[in-house]
Amino acid sequence: MQTEVENIRARQRARHHDFLRTILIIAAFAMPVIAALSLYALLNGSLDSIQALGFGFLTSTAWVPNPPNGGPPILGALPAMYGSVVTTLISLLFAVPISLGIALFQSELAPRKFRLPSIFLVELLAAVPSVVYGLWGILFLVPFMSKYVDPGLVGSLGFIPIFSGETNGLGMFTAGVILAIMIIPYGAAVMREVITAVPRSQREACIALGGTTLETVRMGVIPYASTGIIAAVVLAMGRAIGETMAVTMVIGNVARISPSLFLPSETIPSVIANEFTEVAGNNIYLAALFELGLILFAIAFIMNLLGRVLISRLTFQGGRSANV
Amino acid sequence: MRSMIRMSSKNNKRNVGIVALVVVILAAVAGGYYFTTMNTTQSTSATSIMTSEASTMMSSESSIMTSATMTETSMASVTSSIAAYNPTTPVSIVGAGATFPQPLIQTWTLQYHTLYPAVSISYSGIGSGGGIQQITAKTVDFGASDAPLTSANFAAAPGLVLFPETLGGVAITYNLAAFGITNTTVLKFTPDVIAHIYMGLITKWNDPALVALNPGVNLPNAFITAVHRSDGSGTTYAFTNFLSVTVPNWAAQVNYATSVTWPVDTKAGATGVGAKGNPGVAGAVVNTNGAIGYVDVIYAVSNNLAVGAVQNAAGNFVVPTLQTILYAAANATGTPNPADLRLHIVNAAGPQSYPISTYTYILVYRDMSANPSTTHDKAVALAHFLWWAIHDGQQYSSALIYVPLPANVVAADEQLLMTLNYQGTPLLTG
Amino acid sequence: MFSSIGARRFKNRLFVVLAALAFLLALVPLGSILYQTIAQGYRVLNYDFFTQITPPIGGSGGGILNAIEGSLVMVGIASLIGVPIGLFAGAYLSEYPGRIAYNLRLIAEVLTGVPSIVTGIVIYVVIVATLHRFSALAGGIALSFMMIPIVAISTHESLKLVPSSIKEGGLALGISRSKTLVYILVSSAKSGIITGIALSVARIMGETAPLLFTALGNQFLMTSVFDPAASMTVLIYEFGTAPYPSSHAFAWGAALILLLLVLSLNIVVRVASRLKPTVPI
Repeated sequence: MQTEVENIRARQRARHHDFLRTILIIAAFAMPVIAALSLYALLNGSLDSIQALGFGFLTSTAWVPNPPNGGPPILGALPAMYGSVVTTLISLLFAVPISLGIALFQSELAPRKFRLPSIFLVELLAAVPSVVYGLWGILFLVPFMSKYVDPGLVGSLGFIPIFSGETNGLGMFTAGVILAIMIIPYGAAVMREVITAVPRSQREACIALGGTTLETVRMGVIPYASTGIIAAVVLAMGRAIGETMAVTMVIGNVARISPSLFLPSETIPSVIANEFTEVAGNNIYLAALFELGLILFAIAFIMNLLGRVLISRLTFQGGRSANV
Repeated sequence: MRSMIRMSSKNNKRNVGIVALVVVILAAVAGGYYFTTMNTTQSTSATSIMTSEASTMMSSESSIMTSATMTETSMASVTSSIAAYNPTTPVSIVGAGATFPQPLIQTWTLQYHTLYPAVSISYSGIGSGGGIQQITAKTVDFGASDAPLTSANFAAAPGLVLFPETLGGVAITYNLAAFGITNTTVLKFTPDVIAHIYMGLITKWNDPALVALNPGVNLPNAFITAVHRSDGSGTTYAFTNFLSVTVPNWAAQVNYATSVTWPVDTKAGATGVGAKGNPGVAGAVVNTNGAIGYVDVIYAVSNNLAVGAVQNAAGNFVVPTLQTILYAAANATGTPNPADLRLHIVNAAGPQSYPISTYTYILVYRDMSANPSTTHDKAVALAHFLWWAIHDGQQYSSALIYVPLPANVVAADEQLLMTLNYQGTPLLTG
Repeated sequence: MFSSIGARRFKNRLFVVLAALAFLLALVPLGSILYQTIAQGYRVLNYDFFTQITPPIGGSGGGILNAIEGSLVMVGIASLIGVPIGLFAGAYLSEYPGRIAYNLRLIAEVLTGVPSIVTGIVIYVVIVATLHRFSALAGGIALSFMMIPIVAISTHESLKLVPSSIKEGGLALGISRSKTLVYILVSSAKSGIITGIALSVARIMGETAPLLFTALGNQFLMTSVFDPAASMTVLIYEFGTAPYPSSHAFAWGAALILLLLVLSLNIVVRVASRLKPTVPI
């Protein structure tokens, strides 16, 4: 039995609730709006290029925005895509073992007192802005690589064509090294989360059978967390492909498929960063840069989605849900 | 309930973080507001780079300067309007474009701001291609380009006009310091040799062609790294224009534009490097042993880089100086026509002309209201600044190795500037 | 032979050493960056550095006042837009779980992985080209596009951690759903939410690519948010790639200030939340 006042109060509460719900829904839908707007802007911007250059854009290595005798631009995304893929692979080569080592150190091996500080320190690595990495890269790492590391590599591995040639510190190798440093904290964090999510029973079983820590990890933990570790690698890869500033500052910026890792090259983000402001009324050139942006968006989107789906599959396998 | 109270006492430490964050955000907003209102009290202690060439060059130019011829009535009204100009409301004007004149333009805007503190004109060096693009897209108030606009450029931006604000020389610069060749040694280059370097046909410093040109120099057996621009560049335009005019092979294979495909990038055995902007090319040459590049003279000089002597049309090897660039301008410029102020001075005649000289242009809309975000105040301020730049501003050129505009060019520029208007109302009179 | 106790113990010890080495290896670049930035940057810091505007290219003297102002203003704009929207979005995700919320959360996570340069060119088309002006507003909006998903996800995570008994207690007392959310849930999750906001502010303070084509740059101080704006990050990029040692020195100085701001924000927030590992974004 409700009184008049209680009725009125109940209706007011209901209205507040609806009002709140509306605000929250509007805010939440800001995100799909942002995603849709980005996709639309990219598609709209690349229309001219898709029509004019077609599928050949993805397979051509030429980059002639203003052909010498007039005529439409001849542009190809292959050098940029090659550079992106190679620098990402180099970065993964260094980053995956190190991230795994760090993740195992933080979750299994570190004494309890050191665990949180060690996590904190590695996360500080992620806090450093990308352009500061680039500055350190171009003013410290590039001379360092050119003086100490590159000549050694050319000397010992120079018979492989990809390691041969002149070196001046710029190029895909240095870019790969900087990328590796930048994605290590990210990969380590995700790997650590999935390793910690492995149920204790797995570890306890291995210990009960008399296994050392290494054997516990190798046989009990890692196979269980393998999907998550792959997810971490995929997410880190998505991160590396989209990285702009640090790579642009050390990669040398030449539109070609470099035969050697030590020659200047380019990546998709570095092309956009260098050339976007200056397409000089050339609609196909501008559209081609948008198309590069679209390719980048698609790759990063797929990597991210794949990584997250792999992780969610892991949580359904049982055990604590990974906090990612 | 009790757990809530216990939790809230634990939160005391976290309140520090809350307060810190709130303070940061409030400070950001307050700081922005405060800074925008204290605009007028900025002091300008920045100075520009000076070179020793300035003092010797200034005296020899006076013979070339003659008085301008102008219709007395319009000049008088313009001069009185300039004298009466006293802006009080702050205006912020945006320009973007070539890095070639960037040291000069940024010096101008700084000096102009000291004269008229209410006028802030910010210039960003994004390359000539960028200047053309952004003024066509109407995202800036004025653009700048060393490359003269093509008819296609003009068609894409109806109402756009250009006029030269200064001229300079594109230096061939190289870094052989690691091989014992300092920047006091001036290497000689012919157009053929330069073209072959950038086509990847000459790959080493001790190539016979280079040795033949420089018999007294101990050129090393080292690879040449040919540095070029990675962005759309008027400097590239002038450089490739010069090569196209002098080397038929280059004209056929590469031709000239703000952005070309450099054969040296793809030729096996040759090394090409792309850098962004004049500063980028200079930096690449500084950081690479055995590198060669093309930059505006001031970028080479201020970085203590060596500058080469280039063979001109008369067959002489000439180093870019204020004098030799001026000779190029004097010999090549006819009577500039305000209707089309694109002046070509590459490979100019004359025994002492520097062959890779170029004018550089400011791009504006004749009717400045074409850009929706250019207000009337901004248009007036911009027009007055441009007038100042081609007159009083020229005193700052020599120190930065830009040649002050010849008098006939100034006269033609004046005629064009007087036609600048805002929806029909002239900007410099009334 | 390789399965004897001794061999297994040796392999185990090797493994521990390698893992510890990996950890230390990751700290080497961190140490190098900190050392280089401090050693090269402190020399340039003086009163002028903080109160003068940037010199013309290659010039001497001057400071980075316009860059500091630009960064603060754009981060401020981004926070004004991004924090409320992100908060409310995260609150929606936790208050109304279901199919829609699951998909929205997935979209948010994917949005955090969008390369920042793509955000930059999108905002160029949407705002700069339509307003016909490079502006601090455009830069701030670009930064807010990056901030919203990060804040939404961290808010969602923090609200998820509040035990449901607290929420149920509030509702049982007859407090309306919205008041429960605001006064009880959010205040319980306060520290996590603030951590998330602070970390996202630190993250966007260090962003460069979105500002290249939206805020362009400014030699002088702004007169309004519709003017182009310099920023510390773009300054580091431009001065770092210039050939002049004086420009390099300025770049290091600005990098030092930026690092100090970003790292101290990170450290304060993490220490205040007892060094709990945060959601890797």
